[in-house]
Amino acid sequence: MAGLELLSDQGYRVDGRRAGELRKIQARMGVFAQADGSAYIEQGNTKALAVVYGPHEIRGSRARALPDRALVNCQYSSATFSTGERKRRPHGDRKSCEMGLQLRQTFEAAILTQLHPRSQIDIYVQVLQADGGTYAACVNAATLAVLDAGIPMRDFVCACSAGFVDGTALADLSHVEEAAGGPQLALALLPASGQIALLEMDARLHEDHLERVLEAAAQAARDVHTLLDRVVRQHVREASILLGD
Amino acid sequence: MASVALSEAEKVYIVHGVQEDLRVDGRGCEDYRCIEVETDVVSNTSGSARVKLGHTDILVGVKAEMGTPKLEKPNEGYLEFFVDCSANATPEFEGRGGDDLGTEIANTLYRIFNNKSSVDLKTLCISPREHCWVLYVDVLLLECGGNLFDAISIAVKAALFNTSIPRVRVLEDEEGSKDIELSDDPYDCIRLSVENVPCIVTLCKIGYRHVVDATLQEEACSLASLLVSVTSKGVVTCMRKVGKGSLDPESIFEMMETDEAVACQWYDKQLPNLDGWLNASSKNEEGREKDGGICL
Repeated sequence: MAGLELLSDQGYRVDGRRAGELRKIQARMGVFAQADGSAYIEQGNTKALAVVYGPHEIRGSRARALPDRALVNCQYSSATFSTGERKRRPHGDRKSCEMGLQLRQTFEAAILTQLHPRSQIDIYVQVLQADGGTYAACVNAATLAVLDAGIPMRDFVCACSAGFVDGTALADLSHVEEAAGGPQLALALLPASGQIALLEMDARLHEDHLERVLEAAAQAARDVHTLLDRVVRQHVREASILLGD
Repeated sequence: MASVALSEAEKVYIVHGVQEDLRVDGRGCEDYRCIEVETDVVSNTSGSARVKLGHTDILVGVKAEMGTPKLEKPNEGYLEFFVDCSANATPEFEGRGGDDLGTEIANTLYRIFNNKSSVDLKTLCISPREHCWVLYVDVLLLECGGNLFDAISIAVKAALFNTSIPRVRVLEDEEGSKDIELSDDPYDCIRLSVENVPCIVTLCKIGYRHVVDATLQEEACSLASLLVSVTSKGVVTCMRKVGKGSLDPESIFEMMETDEAVACQWYDKQLPNLDGWLNASSKNEEGREKDGGICL
């Protein structure tokens, strides 16, 4: 965008954040009573809702059942009013299908699928408002929803996006920064072991800078983990108070 | 609708209870569940609202875009409805599974608004035959707990109330080409009057009696329902019978009377609260108080 500085001389971004600073994150678990697990997250102006059904019997053809592990099924849908320009179809287009596949890949790495052979776990993610970092918000919401459903996981899955402007790596990109056209990296991390569940990058980036951008994204993901951990502990504390423990 | 598995014993229990004017959650046959309405929940829309009616959760976003008026109505703008039954509500709605229900609800909404009085479409006209505002009303079904139509109609009414359309002026220069100018003040906008926007009241026939605001379990026990959309002045704009059973003509008149009685009670007691609350919350907006995002 002509005339719009993504990073000012003093080191401030368009919305006043520092280079490695995350947007404000608020999250809640257990928002829907009828689903097995649900969660809602707000990362700045990006709002995402995740709902988990399962593990349950395979729907549709029994032939898809895997004999030694559970089938993870993800759908990504973004509301027609979520973006600035109205979207025609909430899901079913190429980008939504690709996001669904990426989410599936991410969660197959984290969920202990061997414990539930021949069954299916459905993860449905809905983006209510998109302001950049939608993949990261979806992964974070889905992690909380899977935890709310009581499905065992290897570790939290925390995701964050990162970019590169003027020699500095930026963490947690907003829509304005994504639309500017610089390199964007999406990273999903299992924080305790430091293992990467998904790594994706668009646009050109010199390999000398890759390590810095990757480190910025990993640090941001670890910060997200601290926040999500707090949310889960708070939720469990509230639930146990209600039970009278 | 989302299906729920009920045993025969549970169905008998519900039907017998309804005959005695006693429902499973303790309500009478003409009582609504507690309704929560919240507006201005999604910021990049022209207007939005969220309604929670028991376990039913609806989110509506309205986006105003410029378009060309329809040929048969050159002085008016128009509304377009789209209903998305998301897989959040039930896994059956995954992929294209929710399209049938979504189309049915969208068609019902078109029919309700297909009259001169519901929304004043002339306010949406910018210049006749050339430019007008098109309001895209998008309904998102987050959770399905029975009585979808009622909740959706309330949410659409609240979202239309919350909609603010920027004021534009059409400038014509010497050569006759027209330019559209947006007002400089971001708060200078047109608000729609939703006094005559109707609300739907659904009556489900269970056994010999009918109930208002049925839950999913009660809908599974009922064979047929009558849907009536009524405005605050008691004007009926649309009527539909849904369900696989058949209704006696006598019972239809009986149900219509109950419908009107319930709707009048609604408009006397609850909707003045809604209208009054909507008016109060608009004053808050003028005082620039932000009520924030969705409280879940």
